[in-house]
Amino acid sequence: MSQLEFEKQIIEVEGKITELKNMSSESSANMADELQRMEKKVHKLLTQTYSKLTPAQKVQVARHQNRPHFLDYVNVLFDDFTLLAGDRNFANDEALLGGIGRFQGQSCVIIGQERGHDTESRLKHNFGMARPEGYRKAQRLMKMAEQFNLPIITLVDTAGAYPGLGAEERGQSEAIAKSIETCLNVSVPIISIIIGEGGSGGAIAIATADRIYMLEHSIYSVISPEGCASILWRSRDFADEAATALKITAQDIEKLGLIDGIIAEPVGGAHRAKAETIQNVADQIAKALKQLTPWDADKLKAARRQKFLSFGQAA
Amino acid sequence: MNWLSTIIRPRIRSIVNEQKDVPDNLWSKCPKCDGMLFHKELKASKNVCYHCNFHMTITVKQRLELLFDDAKYEKIALPKVPHDPLKFKHRKKYVDQLKDAQSKTGEREALVIGKGTIGGQNTVVAAFNFAFIGGSMGTAVGEGIVRAAQEAVQTKSALIVIPASGGARMQEGMLSLMQMPRTIIAADMVKEQGLPYIVLLTNPTTGGVSASFAMVGDIHIAEPGATVGFAGRRVIEETVRETLPDDFQTAEYLLDHGMVDMVVERTKLHHEIAKLLCLLMSPTTDTKKLKGSGYGDQSKDAKGKNSTSTPKTKGTKASVRKASDLAKEPANKSADTQKNAPKSAKTSQ
Repeated sequence: MSQLEFEKQIIEVEGKITELKNMSSESSANMADELQRMEKKVHKLLTQTYSKLTPAQKVQVARHQNRPHFLDYVNVLFDDFTLLAGDRNFANDEALLGGIGRFQGQSCVIIGQERGHDTESRLKHNFGMARPEGYRKAQRLMKMAEQFNLPIITLVDTAGAYPGLGAEERGQSEAIAKSIETCLNVSVPIISIIIGEGGSGGAIAIATADRIYMLEHSIYSVISPEGCASILWRSRDFADEAATALKITAQDIEKLGLIDGIIAEPVGGAHRAKAETIQNVADQIAKALKQLTPWDADKLKAARRQKFLSFGQAA
Repeated sequence: MNWLSTIIRPRIRSIVNEQKDVPDNLWSKCPKCDGMLFHKELKASKNVCYHCNFHMTITVKQRLELLFDDAKYEKIALPKVPHDPLKFKHRKKYVDQLKDAQSKTGEREALVIGKGTIGGQNTVVAAFNFAFIGGSMGTAVGEGIVRAAQEAVQTKSALIVIPASGGARMQEGMLSLMQMPRTIIAADMVKEQGLPYIVLLTNPTTGGVSASFAMVGDIHIAEPGATVGFAGRRVIEETVRETLPDDFQTAEYLLDHGMVDMVVERTKLHHEIAKLLCLLMSPTTDTKKLKGSGYGDQSKDAKGKNSTSTPKTKGTKASVRKASDLAKEPANKSADTQKNAPKSAKTSQ
């Protein structure tokens, strides 16, 4: 299990609580008091720490391996979820997954990056970094959603599109560009949630949506803080400074007016309370779907286009 | 250093001084083959090495002159956008970086828009200036491309965008990432009107620029040797530890992998683009008859037999290629040709 440096003290106390609970067979009133006191302490520490996370700390939380990932959400949120594979051209990408399922009674197409939760699954899913096939599969599924008039929900969680020889050979740029274009032109509602890391072009390829939300401690950035630091500061050691300067937190991006809202995470972050986080995301999707249903395809597309045209418009 | 470089070399230099007397700006060296290039010949070859065909950078002004008929075009001002939305600061302030780039290039931003005709066809060209913070795309560039697209739609012109860019302007953070969908919308606005949207990929076109408007063109043309790709070569080498082929991410490599329609030498660009625009915008008029200013054999034009398919007036109402309209204007030189091209009116509806 990976530990966040700034959570050290919290994890220590949490460890003690577990220890005490294990000894609960011989528990006394005294011990219960102690347990309660320590739990309060942890809660207080977590509240304090998580209410003022620095951008650099948010980067760590957003990438935390225990955060709920694409498949965690899908398995809870969608009935009859069915994975659909392949771009019909070259291969099936395992980093970018998609399928159909029923969200609170409504059939939807769901697309998103899966990072994996252990070494084996991370390798299988290429750490959530999709190749062109992934973005072409996304396009295929979006068009299918259009054909059957189903809303699209995307869950974004990637460090970025995969930078590899084969990916370039098969046109990573074109795949991303066309994926954005498809998002812009589909005649059904599209709702995006940044659930962890929104890494540049690889993220926006499936996040060009009618409604965009970010989880409280997720990040969304044009370049990774490390990449930015190595270019502008000429050293990756300045990643923390870059994280601050780039304004990548959900709170900063909301201030810039680029997203439609922030979804709260339980105290201590999504990695401490998966179920609750997933529920919060479900509530937001339900609200957004309600706002967008029923839809008029032309108006929907026009509004989506207007939304993205306004980002950085001349006064 | 040592006595060799501090004493001997200057003395030798002073002895052979005559050769050194040639002004520096008369000759330059090809960065690829080291061949000596005489400035007049280099100018004539449009900054292409006449020893090894290496395409060196040219200024945006040269680029636009090279493409437009008779090197004539009208510049369209970039819309003003709020600069430095993030109050970004790294080793220096972004606002200062912008000022430096502005004084260095004499331009307000990394994009220049011009309109005129190519092969007689109305065309808007938006060209990136790599000298301006690496040609990176922020809100001003995004807005510029939208502006160029609107101009193309309004004047029923083709749109040509010429990226020369490292990617998104990271100093503008997420706002620069948002220019990816935004510029794709711009391209779509042009395409929806049945007007040609051509991308001329020049060195370099990478990152968020290559993964947006640059890859959704009706036609993709690349200059020889231009680097075009998503991730940087170094990033890929570090990530995958794969040996990359020498021609990796070059224009020719992209041609081999189906990402561009053609690789065209700079000196032939005007001709090729003029031909394409005529084919697309005057579909029923024999291209050979479309001998407009700058395209085809000029001498035949002098006879007045086959003038351009479109009037030479730029951006005026007369530029709307509608056969019926033109028939009412017998004074218009191009009326003959236009009558033969009723379908070219498609874009004017």
